[in-house]
Amino acid sequence: MPDLSINFAGIKSPNPFWLASAPPTNSGYQVMKAFDAGWGGAVWKTLGVPVVNVSSRYGGVNYRDKRLIGFNNIELISDRPLVDNLREIEEVKKHFPHHAVIASLMVQSREEWHQIVRDVTSAGADGIELNFGCPHGMCERGMGSAVGQEPDVLRTIVEWVMEVAQIPVIVKLTPNISDVTEPARAAREGGADAISLINTIQSIVGVDLDLFAPYPIVDGKGTNGGYCGPAVKPIALNMVKNCAQDPYVQLPISGIGGIENWRDAVEHILLGASSVQVCTAAMHFGFGIIREMTAGLEQYMTEKGFHTIYDMVGKALPNVKHWEDLNLKYKVTANIHEDKCIGCQLCYTACEDGAHQAIALREGTRIPEIIEENCVGCNLCSLVCPVENCITMDRTDDGTEHLTWKERTLAGNIPTEFNDERAGGLHHWVPKPTAALGKEKHKTLPGKARQLELPTPEKAAMAKKE
Amino acid sequence: MAEFVPPTSEQEFHANFAQLKPRMNNTEALYESSRCLFCFDAPCIQACPTGIDIPQFIRQINTGNVTGAALTIYAANYFGNACGKVCPTEVLCEGACVYNLQEVKPIEIGRLQSFATRQVIESHKYLFEPGPPNGRKVAIIGAGPAGISCACELRALGYGVDVFEAKSQPSGLTVHGVAPYKITNEEVLAEMDYLQTQFGYRVQYNSPICSRPDLLALEEGYDAIFLGIGLGKTNALLLPGEERENCVGAVEFIEQLRREHHQILVGRKVIVLGGGNTAMDAASESARLGAEDVILAYRRSKEDMGAYDFEYDLAKSVGVKGLFNVAPVEIVGNGRVEGVKFIRTATVDGQVQAVPGSEFVEPCDMVIKATGQAKQTTFLGLIPGLQLDSKGRIVADTHTYQTTNPQYFASGDALNGGAEVVNAAAEAKVAARGIHHYLSAR
Repeated sequence: MPDLSINFAGIKSPNPFWLASAPPTNSGYQVMKAFDAGWGGAVWKTLGVPVVNVSSRYGGVNYRDKRLIGFNNIELISDRPLVDNLREIEEVKKHFPHHAVIASLMVQSREEWHQIVRDVTSAGADGIELNFGCPHGMCERGMGSAVGQEPDVLRTIVEWVMEVAQIPVIVKLTPNISDVTEPARAAREGGADAISLINTIQSIVGVDLDLFAPYPIVDGKGTNGGYCGPAVKPIALNMVKNCAQDPYVQLPISGIGGIENWRDAVEHILLGASSVQVCTAAMHFGFGIIREMTAGLEQYMTEKGFHTIYDMVGKALPNVKHWEDLNLKYKVTANIHEDKCIGCQLCYTACEDGAHQAIALREGTRIPEIIEENCVGCNLCSLVCPVENCITMDRTDDGTEHLTWKERTLAGNIPTEFNDERAGGLHHWVPKPTAALGKEKHKTLPGKARQLELPTPEKAAMAKKE
Repeated sequence: MAEFVPPTSEQEFHANFAQLKPRMNNTEALYESSRCLFCFDAPCIQACPTGIDIPQFIRQINTGNVTGAALTIYAANYFGNACGKVCPTEVLCEGACVYNLQEVKPIEIGRLQSFATRQVIESHKYLFEPGPPNGRKVAIIGAGPAGISCACELRALGYGVDVFEAKSQPSGLTVHGVAPYKITNEEVLAEMDYLQTQFGYRVQYNSPICSRPDLLALEEGYDAIFLGIGLGKTNALLLPGEERENCVGAVEFIEQLRREHHQILVGRKVIVLGGGNTAMDAASESARLGAEDVILAYRRSKEDMGAYDFEYDLAKSVGVKGLFNVAPVEIVGNGRVEGVKFIRTATVDGQVQAVPGSEFVEPCDMVIKATGQAKQTTFLGLIPGLQLDSKGRIVADTHTYQTTNPQYFASGDALNGGAEVVNAAAEAKVAARGIHHYLSAR
């Protein structure tokens, strides 16, 4: 039985799943309910001078039949008096002494920081998270991402906090910056114990086509909000990786961004996170999703033989290289398994229009054919194919050669002129430009049709009957 | 058996004849449209006689452009709503869906099609208008799928169009000959109103064209004449006792059912003669009207039936029983039908042969003959120079549907011998183009 417990920069938690600072951690009631359901920790909704919010506050990105693959909000930090929050933190810790309660904070002056750090420590919080990420509303007041985007200011505030901090301090970073490792380094220089990322991404999730206003709409107007949800995971993973690989950061990382199930969590962990924070998924499906997350993580660890979370933290990092270190000699080619092909020809159009014209249609069948000499092994066909394992990318080099761009650069063997003979695409086959004309227009006209293969012989027989 | 209680009210009738392809709600349409793969050169398009750009309209539904979806459908098929419900989609578009090969449920193309078209019909959003008048007039005989489709297309091309219909309602088979669980009268007529309002052709109801003087008036008053007359009444079996009370033709039975609903009476034990799709409909309908026993009697084996498998399955699902390899020899009874005398048959070298001495009487109190419809050869004989083939079908050019009398064009059942609504709709568009080509060249 694997051990899911963590000790994150001194903050102990029965499992690595924390609720991120957000509406689900707005009250003691919610945090108690979450812990009761199985969450390991909660980062309390950001405390500071309480705000007044607008309605509506949330916007969604739906994709086809999937709701909320992306989500944004224009809600601000806690709108409840500090004293109420502190009393509830105390109450939660009484019931859950072994769960992690982390107070997210956002104030302005050094005095305010000192005071609030002392307040939450007295209330029994296990740690502090500095909210340097909020990309809407608060940043316009000189807080949130306004701080996260200025490493010098960030470092100074961390230093103020560390002057009085008795419990671990996490700095939450904004992704609204070109290089996330800069504020991460500043956090370390300021003395922070850990970092967490990513906060939400400045966004407009959509525009109402009738009201001509961005979502969410407040009395006919809107503003940019903070983007999150499943859609942001790829961005978060890359930033987590960047911080984990940076030799000047070297801090525990709490991974945040698009975590909805155990797989997402494991991905964050393999790229260097040692705790993970979840918000959108809990807002969408409720606290109950934790059951699937812990069960899935436990099963995965058992199957892989990981005893603790730390056995897997950063496990994928050695395989994340710079592009120039990838093997140019490695070669894969697409292979269509005809027995699985359903004849949708999505691979054909994708390759024809979106890639390298390496798939051909054949008369008498809807099963396309790979033109091997044209296939560059880009993967697009296998990605668009709706049938599992119908198109595989099979290795076609013999594995004996290994040559990277960096090695070629050192050997002086890379293209250096605009019309260089050493260019990769120089000897590729491409069709004549004029061969494209008229192709699209005629695709469904009679006579151009491929042979229609009906599903079963019985159906084919039926179709023949009058 | 008696799965269905005889309906005594319109409400009970609709319960017994619940729609096989009920209307989708918005969520259902969103979910279903999401599944479409947007195949290249899609097999569903190839399988549709009218060649609707199906992936296009499904994607339009998915992106909230339902009006655009309806336009895509109607641009190819003026009976877009009706075809979504009455087409044998199982063997056409949905049968061709690539998901079948993955053993995944194919996209419900028919229901999506009706979803989009019904929405525009109800919203009164008009998608078409008549073309600028070109001064020419065309007469159309028959307001069925062929006639109305031809009328729409000709109006779009700027022709003046008068439609002459013998009955009191438009849409032909769609309102008279299709089983009520496939489409309701209201739905059919709403689509007819929608088309007529947009295209502005005139229809004269209760105006049968049946004599030479009638035809002469059309020949003199119009530049071209389109024959969309369909088929005639049920073929006579020429069996003794066929005239007995309660021995009816399937076409007439279904027509009466569509008109009078629960007010028609069905026998307690019904025998349906025939093995085609109409026989399946008549049998299903009898069961849904509350008949206690329904027997489908066919002179060959089950495998040889002309009906689609799903139609037979549908009949079986409401309790209809099959009786195969039997041929009726007499309708027995005393004034009223009391049974059918059958003789068992065997198929030898493809020929059905009676087995001597194997006669038996299957008792019943109603016989429905679903044994094919007669061709309207007598009427067609009134048209000078009009050639018919050996089966009584109108002979026409396959590209223009111009008949051997150049002023006459034809499509639909009278031309193809009896096919689906979608075939008539497809052919009529070609015929309208043929008329346009012919008259433009003059």
